[in-house]
Amino acid sequence: MELRLSEDQEFIARTAADFVKEKSPLARVRELRDKGDAIGFSRALWKEMAGLGWPGILYPEALGGAGLGFAELVLVMEELGRTLAPEPFLSTVLLAGQALARSGDEAKMKAWLPKICAGDAVLTLAHQEAGGRYDLDAVSTTAKANGAGHRLDGEKIQVLDGHVADALLIPAQTDGGIALFLLPAATTKGLTITRQQRLDGRGVALVKLEGVEAGPETQLGAPGAGRALLHDAVDRACVGLCAEMLGAMQQAFALSLAHLKEREQFGAPIGSFQALKHRAADIFIEIELCKSAVMAAARALDADSPEVPALVSLAKAKCSDGLILAANEGVQFFGGVGMTDEYDIGFYLKRARAAELSFGDAAHHRARWATLAGY
Amino acid sequence: MSEASPRKTSDETGFREATRVWLLENCPPSLQGKSQVAIWGGRKWRPENPDERVWLERAASKGFSAPMWPVAYGGGGLSKAQNKVLLSLLRELRIPLPLVGFGLTMIGPTLLQYGTEAQKREHLTRIARGEVLWCQGYSEPGAGSDLAGLQCRAEEDGDEYIINGSKIWTSNADAADWIFCLVRTDPDAPKHEGITFLLMDMDQPGVTVRPIKLISGSSPFCETFFNDARALKANVVHKVNAGWTVAKALLGHERSMIADAFGVGGTGGTKRVSLAERARRYLPSDKSGRLGDPVLRDAIAQSEINARAFALTVQRSKDGMRAGHNPGPESSMFKVYGTELNMARHELMVRIAGPQALGWEGAGFEADELALTRDWLRTRGNSIEGGTSEVQRNVIAKRVLGLPD
Ligand SMILES: Cc1cc2nc3c(=O)[nH]c(=O)nc-3n(C[C@H](O)[C@H](O)[C@H](O)COP(=O)(O)OP(=O)(O)OC[C@H]3O[C@@H](n4cnc5c(N)ncnc54)[C@H](O)[C@@H]3O)c2cc1C
Repeated sequence: MELRLSEDQEFIARTAADFVKEKSPLARVRELRDKGDAIGFSRALWKEMAGLGWPGILYPEALGGAGLGFAELVLVMEELGRTLAPEPFLSTVLLAGQALARSGDEAKMKAWLPKICAGDAVLTLAHQEAGGRYDLDAVSTTAKANGAGHRLDGEKIQVLDGHVADALLIPAQTDGGIALFLLPAATTKGLTITRQQRLDGRGVALVKLEGVEAGPETQLGAPGAGRALLHDAVDRACVGLCAEMLGAMQQAFALSLAHLKEREQFGAPIGSFQALKHRAADIFIEIELCKSAVMAAARALDADSPEVPALVSLAKAKCSDGLILAANEGVQFFGGVGMTDEYDIGFYLKRARAAELSFGDAAHHRARWATLAGY
Repeated sequence: MSEASPRKTSDETGFREATRVWLLENCPPSLQGKSQVAIWGGRKWRPENPDERVWLERAASKGFSAPMWPVAYGGGGLSKAQNKVLLSLLRELRIPLPLVGFGLTMIGPTLLQYGTEAQKREHLTRIARGEVLWCQGYSEPGAGSDLAGLQCRAEEDGDEYIINGSKIWTSNADAADWIFCLVRTDPDAPKHEGITFLLMDMDQPGVTVRPIKLISGSSPFCETFFNDARALKANVVHKVNAGWTVAKALLGHERSMIADAFGVGGTGGTKRVSLAERARRYLPSDKSGRLGDPVLRDAIAQSEINARAFALTVQRSKDGMRAGHNPGPESSMFKVYGTELNMARHELMVRIAGPQALGWEGAGFEADELALTRDWLRTRGNSIEGGTSEVQRNVIAKRVLGLPD
């Protein structure tokens, strides 16, 4: 595994960086928040991103994608993460898209992946329940046999983009273990979807299932495959999230460095004070480690390496701590203005917390690392 | 430096197989599986096991003692990729490196960069054959972090310099044959501009060394005194009064060497017992085989994750480095993180061993427990030697992040 970008990959990263600079400044996220936008992202911009091929990076050309890999996708997500772009990569492209793509269910793949690649559909996977914390197997939503299909009851929390999803993948317990059901949002009876407000503004929803009749055609993949699909999809989304976090920590640090060089106290730029310099040096080092971790995890996914779970956990453990460090220290470097809503650094602090506590925090992933290593 | 081959895959497998055979045939059986043995070489070297000398000589004639140096200077002329293969084979077969020391890791690379043709032919060849052991004469009692404040004087005398002053913390000075030294040749110039980088034979009446005892009980380093010591002018590296440039380049090599030792490069990995294995010895596990102490379990995972992330970062830096690129200010990052990682790992080993980590000598402690006590104490120097962690953070802040003075 070479940890170096090819020329093509450098080009993708540059394109994404230019796009973000021009079309997706943080001001856009602030504006969506301030006007209480019901969607939480820009459908027009999502369409533009699709025009550049981004939602389809991972998917085969035959289904409208670019047939590339995670090594490329993380470059785009890293750039988008710099300004906390809210478009539905995690929900649509990674959680739902990966569950679909790995299911072997040709009909559903053909029905949805081209729409995902074209930016014409929003999908999601409801991986979390109240009280389950980060245990993906803690599924108490039930799927009772009901004629040829199932009857679903339960509640899912903080479902990413659930409030605007065209269809939702719902993990539920059947007699044969966890299965995933793909439910269209508009036509499924017994489904109640309520937008939740999170500190970082990322669009999430509470999804209630009451006597939902899920026909046999809604079940994704072979019977018994649901659990593995769920775990694999969340691992892949986790790497995407880590890439966003990597972008966010670099941007938070860039804002901090600019402030350290500009702001003067005691007749000198505050960046000349060694107490702050050394902390900046430590943040720099942590960011470098996170870069390597994300790169390695993405390459492991592309190579289908047996090390995937360990490297995913390594990346999430490092990026969780790294972004928290960059954001906490960022606020401190700014002093009083760091506490104001007007300054952008606060957005990174909130996103740091939200990202840390998504798909498992650092301690969760260290415990998983230990389990994988047999201790 | 060497002929890098772009179409390497089939060449590489050929090289791997040939090298494996050569290593198994030429490394004496008494050293196979003994990767922890450190072969220093030098005029005063008296190895416990005479096979160490055999191994060094055979490896040196093959060019494996300095694998990437040009053949003309006693090296093996291997490409980066071939060197990687060689190192991975040594690791896999648990064969000791044919040679270690500051000659190979510090002064050698610096001479390749700044030495004259004559200096390279003379010194590199002798280093590669393990004939000369080198030590580093940088620090002085009054000049540690502020290294450029050094006062050891060198005055011209015909085609020689006469040196007076002292150095301190000179690692292995009592075993070393030659010393690379920073000396002041122009006391009136600004402090960075009056320093010369000089090579000196230590086998002369004007040089005396006195070992210093460390907190770990051993005496690996010394005070070194120069009393009208002499060095040929031909042994000035680069230009007179331009020694600071050379000094910094060497520090770059020193830091990447340290990164290698704690990161992915070195063969050190194999002698390590994993933290989890250690923990099994001292701590109960639950029925599922999970370590019973959740705090230590988390700390072990943290240590392993950090070590792996660091190794990946060292690799990324190497993969991204163009051939012939020398380490820049980012090598400070490897120095800080690599050493602090190693220190934290030793602290953790002590916590895992509990009261058994308190032995100094004698009854009631296993040999490896006694070694751990000493090793842990020794690691406390990691963030001091080679430029302290604070100094490295200063370098990162200034030269990488552009923060003002
Ligand atoms: C195990 C070991 C092996 C060594 N081997 C060699 C060798 O072979 N050859 C050789 O020449 N030297 C060697 N050294 C010496 C080493 O390079 C020096 O100890 C080191 O550079 C620090 O200098 P000092 O000991 O004078 O500490 P000082 O410079 O006095 O530092 C004391 C404390 O002050 C801090 N400090 C100093 N200046 C600053 C600053 N500007 N900002 C913030 N903090 C600061 C330091 O970080 C440190 O914590 C070795 C040291 C050790 C421990």
